[in-house]
Amino acid sequence: MVAQNIGFAIIATIMVIAAIRVVTTSNVVHAALWLVVVLAGVAAQYILLAAEFVAVTQVLVYIGAVMVLFLFGTMLTRSRIGVNSGLNNRYSNLGIPVAMVLFAAMSLALADSFGTEKLPSDGSLVTTQQISDQIFGPYLLPFWALSFVLLAAVIGAIVLARKD
Amino acid sequence: MHSLLAVVIPYWGQSLLRVLGGLVAVLLPAGTIVYVFLFKMMSFMQSRLGPMEAGPYGSMQLFAEVGKWLQKEDIQPDNADKRIFRMAPIIVLMSTFLLVAVVPFGPDAWFTNFETGVFYALAVSSISVLGILMAGWSSANKYSLLGGLRAAGQLIAYELPMVLAVMGVVIQAGTMNLQQIVLAQNAGSIFGTDIVGNPYVLTQFVGFVVFMIAVQAELTQAPFDMPIAESELVSGYMTEYSGFRFLIFFIGEFATAGVFAMIASTLFLGGWGVPFSWFGWTSMDSVANWMNVAGPLIVFTKMMVLVFLIMWIRFSYPRFREDQLQRFAWKVLIPISLANIMVTAVLKVAF
Repeated sequence: MVAQNIGFAIIATIMVIAAIRVVTTSNVVHAALWLVVVLAGVAAQYILLAAEFVAVTQVLVYIGAVMVLFLFGTMLTRSRIGVNSGLNNRYSNLGIPVAMVLFAAMSLALADSFGTEKLPSDGSLVTTQQISDQIFGPYLLPFWALSFVLLAAVIGAIVLARKD
Repeated sequence: MHSLLAVVIPYWGQSLLRVLGGLVAVLLPAGTIVYVFLFKMMSFMQSRLGPMEAGPYGSMQLFAEVGKWLQKEDIQPDNADKRIFRMAPIIVLMSTFLLVAVVPFGPDAWFTNFETGVFYALAVSSISVLGILMAGWSSANKYSLLGGLRAAGQLIAYELPMVLAVMGVVIQAGTMNLQQIVLAQNAGSIFGTDIVGNPYVLTQFVGFVVFMIAVQAELTQAPFDMPIAESELVSGYMTEYSGFRFLIFFIGEFATAGVFAMIASTLFLGGWGVPFSWFGWTSMDSVANWMNVAGPLIVFTKMMVLVFLIMWIRFSYPRFREDQLQRFAWKVLIPISLANIMVTAVLKVAF
């Protein structure tokens, strides 16, 4: 388990630095690219947890689709090279306490629900089949609910984009 | 899985072999494709000879070209975002190298035996979009930016039919592991005869066609070369690149063609295998060791056939207009591949 811990530490450090750069950099495209580093780090952490399927989904959805869409949008509209995009506004001071509260709430929730429980160190692999059995078995209703949320978002996008 | 050709290799040796193998598996097909198809076949189709001076039939031309690119000045535009400008081609090439990691070349000759192989391939192939967008934006050139945006729009649109086309194969094989998909095709039988195994190009022909069209678009080869249209965008996102950075883009383009063809041959043509019934093999363990040598050659042959198809279409058809291109993806390919998934799923349950 030691090798995994060292790997976790290295990736986590990179992720924290990249996350700080996301909010401190003054160029919106640079911020998006630093965010890519953070999300790739998350995928690497999933690999360390032997969660292949989740890691690959992370890359496909967040790096391959969401971030590309982000970059596409910002490049199309409001990003010129070397220009300070004026990302920092007067609400940035308010953001810090909000982030702290969120961090505390999440740590509390994690500590509360898992406590001293640890992952099995034999690294037993969760197969994709097990995940799909869970999604299409006991978790079918939440899965459907999520699908409806996405469908609503898609319809909303069409309504907004239609001219007539 | 510790022996290759029945010789025990330590773990570090295996890792070293895999890295070297990865380099060979990316660069050798890329060079062969450029010479055989881009230099010779294109010339033949246009009634000219192509390169003839460097080496017999111009076969050393590629080395001359690489030498030329390497010694050119590395120009970066004044207004460019230099760091991102330098990073972009490397990210495009990285996506190719990550892609080859899951292609199986024999019963023991694989780089990684990933449980979610196909899914991983589709995911890492989408990383190249990021590099293209970075290249287009950081060049500080409106043609580059337009090319980058067109590329992103096209690659997003054609990634969907590609994923959906692969889904049919995954349903039929019951696994996403490429090694298992090869096994399922070669050990299978079609209508009770196992003389050719069960290559999915027969049962998933619709999926195969959709996949190859999507590959053509993902590679931005004509007729889907709107993003790099040389007559209006001056090569799009590559306009400002010169010297070895352009070389990296160039290698990336043809290496990705080769790797995508390898993945297509694994998914639809039976990959490294021959029909197992020919030699009386029944499972992965009973496959003879010499397949580790024959396997890569078989994959290479199938790859050349598929790249021939890609290049044939590239040299034959004129460019799609942007709106035609998008309409084709969203209104033709995606409905077809969705219908293909439904039919496959119903037949899978029925039989």
